[in-house]
Amino acid sequence: MTSQGLAIENVSLSVAGRLLIRGLSFVVEQTRPTTIMGPSGAGKSALIAFIGGHLDRAFKATGRVIVAGADIVNLPAERRGIGVLFQDDLLFPHLSVGANLAFGLNASIQGSAVRRATVEQALDEASLVGFYDRDPATLSGGQRSRAALMRSLLADPRALLLDEPFGKLDQALRREFRHFVFESAARRGLPVLMATHDPADAEAAGGPVLLIGEASSPTEPH
Amino acid sequence: MAQAIRALTASTNLPRLIAIAIFGAPVAAGFALTLALAFGYLPALGGRDLSLAPWRALFAEPGFWSGLELTLFVGFTATAISLALAFAGLAVGARRVAALLPPLLATPHSAMAIGFAFLLAPSGWLMRLASPWATGDLVPPDIVTVNDPQGLSLILGLVLKETPFLLAASLAALARWPDAEQLSIARALGYRPAAAWLLIVAPQLYAQIRLPLYATLAYSLSVVDMAIVLAPSHPEPLSLLGLRWFLSPDLTRIYPAAAAATLQGLFVISGIAVWRIGEWLAARGLLRRVETGRRGAFLETAARAVAILTTLALSLGLLSLVALALWSIAWRWPFPLALPESWSLRIWREQMPQLVRPLLDTLILAGASTLLALGLAVAWLEADERAGRTSSLTAIYLPLLAPQIAFLFGVETLFAWMRIDGGVLAVAWAHSLFVFPYVLLAMADPWRALDRRYARAASALGASKNRVLLQVKLPLLASPLAFAFALGVSVSVAQYLSTLFAGGGRISTLTTEALSRSSGGDRRVAAVAAFLQAAVPLIAFALAALAPRRLGTPRGAHS
Repeated sequence: MTSQGLAIENVSLSVAGRLLIRGLSFVVEQTRPTTIMGPSGAGKSALIAFIGGHLDRAFKATGRVIVAGADIVNLPAERRGIGVLFQDDLLFPHLSVGANLAFGLNASIQGSAVRRATVEQALDEASLVGFYDRDPATLSGGQRSRAALMRSLLADPRALLLDEPFGKLDQALRREFRHFVFESAARRGLPVLMATHDPADAEAAGGPVLLIGEASSPTEPH
Repeated sequence: MAQAIRALTASTNLPRLIAIAIFGAPVAAGFALTLALAFGYLPALGGRDLSLAPWRALFAEPGFWSGLELTLFVGFTATAISLALAFAGLAVGARRVAALLPPLLATPHSAMAIGFAFLLAPSGWLMRLASPWATGDLVPPDIVTVNDPQGLSLILGLVLKETPFLLAASLAALARWPDAEQLSIARALGYRPAAAWLLIVAPQLYAQIRLPLYATLAYSLSVVDMAIVLAPSHPEPLSLLGLRWFLSPDLTRIYPAAAAATLQGLFVISGIAVWRIGEWLAARGLLRRVETGRRGAFLETAARAVAILTTLALSLGLLSLVALALWSIAWRWPFPLALPESWSLRIWREQMPQLVRPLLDTLILAGASTLLALGLAVAWLEADERAGRTSSLTAIYLPLLAPQIAFLFGVETLFAWMRIDGGVLAVAWAHSLFVFPYVLLAMADPWRALDRRYARAASALGASKNRVLLQVKLPLLASPLAFAFALGVSVSVAQYLSTLFAGGGRISTLTTEALSRSSGGDRRVAAVAAFLQAAVPLIAFALAALAPRRLGTPRGAHS
């Protein structure tokens, strides 16, 4: 375990008196993206939301989330430094592709020329050269997904959460984008935690797989 | 009833044509006649030659230019403040205050203005609550608060009504558009909640509430009813100058009055154009702001500070209503006591005999105009559905975007020519011009959202289209219909200018009575009329809220 990783300690989650997850602990290492699997309603998305700080008030949660050695559970979402990708890319429709990325780009990078260059570089990495001023609505599904990933990465997160991020892409795109996500995260040394119901996603991630299911303790097959 | 429905639904174009003839034609004719008058053309009065004399008379009127300045200042400032308060409130999560909105929305503008004047006057409730312990005053201070020459009290009065209106329009738009995931993304990128809302949700929401916002701008630029209570007389806003001339016994005053009304129409059109330029500049500013990547610590603080003012504005609105109730049952209330020394229902007993007729006329006008408007709105939507089309409702907004004074005198001229002016029919018709857009807009969404399979299932059982309408769709839509009816009632009850013009001054309603009493010396007398005026729409909405969600389910039949 490194101090750079993401550690989940003794996390329990319940909704409306129903216990979804009990005493779950695991560590996400930088080099090995971790996958959570389980039937829908098992609490995969709730766990992701809990770690990111977006959990709906209807849920009750306890436990610790350690990032870079510190418990972040009491921090609001915006101070956790944890990027999230959802099934929908959620590029903001009122901003151009470039402005979406600039919205994400860390404010510590200053000066409009430098910021512009940084965003252009990220667009290049996502094979979106020349897309700065494009309306997100004119992009293909794969292009939108890559732009959304870049937007998250430009904020310099300390960990990346993926909530069924490939669910809406067709098979070919899915393989390509999956590869792009894991490679981009690995290049930055980011711990990645992914919730999915597709075993192929877990296999591509190449890391440990956690199975969670209703009212049962998690098991770790790997 | 069944025959009427059969006749109305015989052709899918008929309801729209009837609606255009009943609601569109008078508005168009009203504009045209007002415009003709503004250039001196009115054959009935011997004016046959086009001339610029009315305009020269208008521009030469002492105080015209300062009145113009006041009109523009009030209109833009009130709209901008209302929008800022509404958005700041939503940014910090004003969904919680949604429960406060119904009474503020239901209260007619003029009743709110009268209650607010009771609060704000030098001898008003606010000063009494602060005296003598904070102000040291034992007599009302000699200062100008209400009717101040800068128009600030009028701006505040408008803000009390328009902020809840924009909040309600925004909440309705947000209900159709889940923004939670976009906010999660923005927060995961490091933006604080209110800043995330203002940078991400607000620009998209703005596009959705543009029409209600323009209606607010148009209303604030041409306000009459609130201005009667809160505006200064020197300078006099353009709307009140025009109204005074329209009502003048000197008939030649009608020409410059029409010029003033036409000018008001031009202001609204150019005001919306100027506002659009402002939108464009704001969008560019926003883009530049977003590209800096600053996470908005200042925005967050600013939004929270402004949201305190939002709460204050909503509270002042509610307090205005309480002030109406309080003064209507106050007997002796010497300054600076915070509450009356003695209470009495005597003013109610004295006033009620005079108010029974206006109350009945108010109810008759509200019922008739709303039934007409609701009937045609249902026919319109049903015909749309049968023809498999979705008509654009943007044009329906026109009477709400246009200053009433710019076409209502023309409508009166039209009614006079049809020899129906001055009666209940004419006034109900004039009210329905404003009731119809609201009712149709309120019904369109629930109508289009109704699950089509119920109607298909009924048709498959052999029910005719009209039977499906009467026995399946309308009962399922009981709750939206009841709400639309209450909305129509509230719009009709609030009508002032249309009652005055179409009624030729011979029909009085609670609104005309409350406004004419507001300038009298006794607050308690005005309070009774204004309280009743506010009570009617509130009761209508309360009844609508109590109406069954749909007709036909026996009580307790489902758990």
